[in-house]
Amino acid sequence: MNENGHKDVPVVIHTNVSTVHTDPAAIDEMAVAAGKESTGFGPDGSVEGFRQGRTLPLRVELVRQLRRRRTQFLLAFLVVLPFLLWAAFEFGSSDNARRSGGFVDLATASAPNFVVFILFATGSFLLPMIVALFFGDTIASEASWSSLKYLLSMPVPRQRLLRQKAISSGLLSLLCLVLLPAVALAVGIVFYGTGEAVSPTGDAVSFEDSMLALVFSIAYISVNLLWVAALALFLSVTTDAPLGAVGGTVLVSILSQILDQITALGDLRDYLPTHWSFAWSDLIATDIDWSNMTKGAFSAVTYAAVFFFLASRRFRTKDITS
Amino acid sequence: MATALLVAAVAAAGIVWLNRGDEPPPVQTHEALLALPGGPGETAPVSLDTTLYLPERTPAPAVLVAHGFGGSKLSVDADARELAQRGFVVLTWSARGFGRSGGRIALNSTDHEVADARGLVDWLAKRPEVILDGENDPKVGVTGGSYGGALSLLLAGTDKRVDALAPVITYNDLSQALVPNSATLGEVAGSPSANAFADDGVFKRSWAGIFFASGMGAAGLANPSAEATEAGDEEPRDSGGAAAPVDVGRPDRLPTPDDGNPCGRFVESVCRAYAQVATTGRADQATIDLMRSVSPSSVTKNITQPTMLVQGEQDTLFGLDQADATARQISAAGGEVKVVWYTGGHDGGKPGPGLRGEIADWFDFHLRGLGDDPGTPFEYAVQGALRAQGAPSVRTVTASGYPGLTGGPATERRAVRVDGVAQTIVNPPGGNPASISSMPGLGSVISGSARLAGRVAIDLPGQSARFASPPLDQQLLIAGASTVRLRVSTVPNLPAPDGAVLFAKLYDVGPDGVRTLPGSAVSAFRVPGLPTDGTPVEVTVALPGIVRPIETDHRIELVVTTTDQAYATPSQAAAYKVELASDTSVQVPVVAGARSSSAPPAGPLIGIGIVLGIGLIAGIVGMIRRRREDDVDAELTEVPLVIENLSKSYPGGLRAVDSLSFRVERGQVLGLLGPNGAGKTTTLRMLTGLISPSDGQIRVFGHKIHSGAPVLSRIGSFVEGAGFLPHLSGRANLELYWAATGRPVERAHFAEALEIAGLGNAVERKVRTYSQGMRQRLAIAQAMLGFPDLMVLDEPTNGLDPPQIHQMRDVLRRYAATGRTVLVSSHLLAEVEQTCDHVVVMHRGKLVAAGSVDEIVAGGGEATFRVDDPESAAEALRGVTGINAVTVEGSLVHADLDGLPRSAALSVLVKAGVAVEQAGPRRRLEDVFLELVGEGS
Repeated sequence: MNENGHKDVPVVIHTNVSTVHTDPAAIDEMAVAAGKESTGFGPDGSVEGFRQGRTLPLRVELVRQLRRRRTQFLLAFLVVLPFLLWAAFEFGSSDNARRSGGFVDLATASAPNFVVFILFATGSFLLPMIVALFFGDTIASEASWSSLKYLLSMPVPRQRLLRQKAISSGLLSLLCLVLLPAVALAVGIVFYGTGEAVSPTGDAVSFEDSMLALVFSIAYISVNLLWVAALALFLSVTTDAPLGAVGGTVLVSILSQILDQITALGDLRDYLPTHWSFAWSDLIATDIDWSNMTKGAFSAVTYAAVFFFLASRRFRTKDITS
Repeated sequence: MATALLVAAVAAAGIVWLNRGDEPPPVQTHEALLALPGGPGETAPVSLDTTLYLPERTPAPAVLVAHGFGGSKLSVDADARELAQRGFVVLTWSARGFGRSGGRIALNSTDHEVADARGLVDWLAKRPEVILDGENDPKVGVTGGSYGGALSLLLAGTDKRVDALAPVITYNDLSQALVPNSATLGEVAGSPSANAFADDGVFKRSWAGIFFASGMGAAGLANPSAEATEAGDEEPRDSGGAAAPVDVGRPDRLPTPDDGNPCGRFVESVCRAYAQVATTGRADQATIDLMRSVSPSSVTKNITQPTMLVQGEQDTLFGLDQADATARQISAAGGEVKVVWYTGGHDGGKPGPGLRGEIADWFDFHLRGLGDDPGTPFEYAVQGALRAQGAPSVRTVTASGYPGLTGGPATERRAVRVDGVAQTIVNPPGGNPASISSMPGLGSVISGSARLAGRVAIDLPGQSARFASPPLDQQLLIAGASTVRLRVSTVPNLPAPDGAVLFAKLYDVGPDGVRTLPGSAVSAFRVPGLPTDGTPVEVTVALPGIVRPIETDHRIELVVTTTDQAYATPSQAAAYKVELASDTSVQVPVVAGARSSSAPPAGPLIGIGIVLGIGLIAGIVGMIRRRREDDVDAELTEVPLVIENLSKSYPGGLRAVDSLSFRVERGQVLGLLGPNGAGKTTTLRMLTGLISPSDGQIRVFGHKIHSGAPVLSRIGSFVEGAGFLPHLSGRANLELYWAATGRPVERAHFAEALEIAGLGNAVERKVRTYSQGMRQRLAIAQAMLGFPDLMVLDEPTNGLDPPQIHQMRDVLRRYAATGRTVLVSSHLLAEVEQTCDHVVVMHRGKLVAAGSVDEIVAGGGEATFRVDDPESAAEALRGVTGINAVTVEGSLVHADLDGLPRSAALSVLVKAGVAVEQAGPRRRLEDVFLELVGEGS
């Protein structure tokens, strides 16, 4: 049934190609509708009602991404993860890791500590991977579905496409970066109480102050992961394989972390993009030292600017052949 | 890519090269044996083994670096070198009785070791490398650890020529260090780690023994060898103490005639005093007097030089109370004092690189005015109670000054209530078994391990009274020595004539009951003269000086025991009753850190600003460049498509499209015909702005096509395969596609387009379940959305079955009939012939033919006849006027009829007796096309 009251079409659930067919009456209808449709156009050659600045609205791109199973699974996983960790602490065996004053005690000292622990546990791999996933997949997956060419010939101007894609990936990444600690905080409050945040250096921050510190931590992590976003976006416009862009970015992140382990490199490690990734932990202190975070933000912003520039330049002139 | 790698390599090399600038400057060393007067009681001059370290640039101020007990000048070689690299002339020497130096150990006696040090200052004054303050007065500082630290204080107190000093982990009063008494009937001082320092203490026999043995040559245990953990270190220096080899004797120690002498290299008075206290367990007055005479406390009233006191938090030999007393005494004398508590000590480790740098900064400022004024702050290191791998476990709290010094406010003390009834505890006969608090000499092994730190403490039941606080409701950072008032009394029938010897310690008890003894520290005290009738004596006990964060939900527990393995306890059995005094609280010192309120460093902030600025400028420049003038040809605004001289070359030289030109008029269904690889798809990609032409141009309604050209919105395209989001339904795909164009929904005509696709209910299924044909139809429907003025379809009938193909032709014709234009590419001649009214034939990127299908298919007036006798037929046709260009090809005869109807020609053939099987227009296009395809295949 269609809204034009074309009710004489028998509705049959077709499951193979040979039974799919066009009703001759539909062709008439199409011809009539097309004949009525005006064909006005603007001075720039665009059809009536088309404005470049309105193409690919963020809302549409977010819907396109949020309706993907992958996105839904990821969000669900982030919701479940704090519960899993809580269960692991609760029901884990009582040997080494449980010794008093050790790492479990630190993680479960209070709700803010639980959040800090989760940010620590996910900070080296999971969080960069999430960002790499959203940014690395965004263009490359369109290319692999062949839908990129249809977006571009709408036309969505290339720079606008890249920008809208980057913004929506950024929003989704931010959603994950907020969702995980938010759920962790809720789990922490329920199971570990609203106590002070205690750092490994024995510093204690009141619950209220620690909330502010966590907000700043998430802000810092978001800024610090910009380089991952930019690199992933660059790889995403370079390859048509989403896995290549995501995996490549994660690989670079891991490589940087491995190099960071080599203390013999000394100050050279300051130039590694992941070197400052845990500088936010300075926030869990009564006397906050901003220097590492500032350096980390500078490092991330610089890397991000370079990779965003490369991505933009590459995509502007690239021949879309997929 | 190669360029990028090269740039990266050059950058890395550059950074490495720049970092080479950090290489330490060279240091020259000169060794010398100096003969100095032997002093009272010595018959001969002593010869001191010295090393002078010269920095790169001289003259410079000098620093004396004294070694610890049992060491020699070699044990401070690294420290001396480091200071020399910082630009100081450094003098080290082996003290009397140590290393290769002669003489006997007099425990820093003013007339012996201290006189030696003064002699060394004299000697420095004569060196041309040393800057002088005046005649025979070099600019000189002095530092050293433990025994060497005490020497620093003693030298500064007796020689005004010393300009600055930095004693490390040393004692104030040796008698209080080795025979402490932490209980007083009165009050303790107002500084954070003040101890009662009362007379008649308890002999710390383990440490004293190790100390004494060091003088005999067994050096290893007396001084820490590993470095203590510092703020910013990521790992606690786990088992650092264990990893360092334990020396059992200095290789540079010469065999002396003293070997085999029970006094070793000690002078007789020291040897006698040690024997006295070690054998009796109580120090007599002579021993106490001797120890006091060689203690810094005897001269601190004279020290006015700037002093940086470094003391360890892991130190059961010289605890924080020793530096506390020194700081108060120097402050009272008018000297300025900076106090630093670090995580090491005799049980922990030596100062790490950060702290050594701070000591060098102290001398930099006070000896040559370099750097910022370090001031007189109080810094203490806090080691977290909870540890995580990979995270720094130490932070430094900085307060504006050491509390409780002359003229300053006293330490803030927080009362923590502890509960517990009066308990009776027993001293076993012989004092054995004894409680354990620390392992003197092995402390650094233990404190280095997270597992063992503070956990070796054992209190024996019956020998210990416990008083615990309720769980804390917020963290309490203990910084120094807590005090508590206790009542001690005898138990009827068990008098204690010598008084009660007791040990007090403060535990951190976790919610799981795990007890930690911070610093492994214990306060020994003696309550003399307990009335035999059981009347209690109330004393104030200074608990050990510690730095420990007691976390929320933890408790503190005060334990009073009768025994401790590290101390000499009375051997006769005794029992005491211990209870809390009426205020039942432990007074805990807290020292709040000053907020450094340090703003973020300016450099990176400016850097961020610059990067953002550059990014903004790049964005604006890009926008301006993109806003290029729209290129319109006004004459062509009604022409759907004009392609002029279009070429596309790919890297590698492949010329996919070569000088292609054609034109499409409104209402046409144009077929772009060519075998696979003819460049059709490449042309269509250029038409939709996906790839840019190497040469030539495409104009759609007069507007030149480039990527993102607004005129592309008048084109609906389906080029080389459908592109759908597989996780969405067909309908959702079309709806989101349209939503992405940003155009009004009512212009889309979804209903009509979906009807054309004819997918029925399958439009609600996910696209990933579609067959190729279904996708194809959905893609055509998508191209048709909004009824574009120019519809471009690439091989639209691929994957469709014959009835569908038939319908598709109908759709396209009817669509063009609405005044719109359709461009269809195909590699099938029949397809184009049946669908299109115009055709462009391409081969190898070049235009082969173009025109209306009828024209090209009919080939003008030419006709072809299939006959049984081609020769006769050709003969007959040639005879007709107007018919020419007659050719024979197998059973076919071609002829140009030139306007003559085919029926007329047919009747000519029939009349000539030729049997005609077939007659029709000559299919020249097919000839051409088959030729091409044949060639291409």
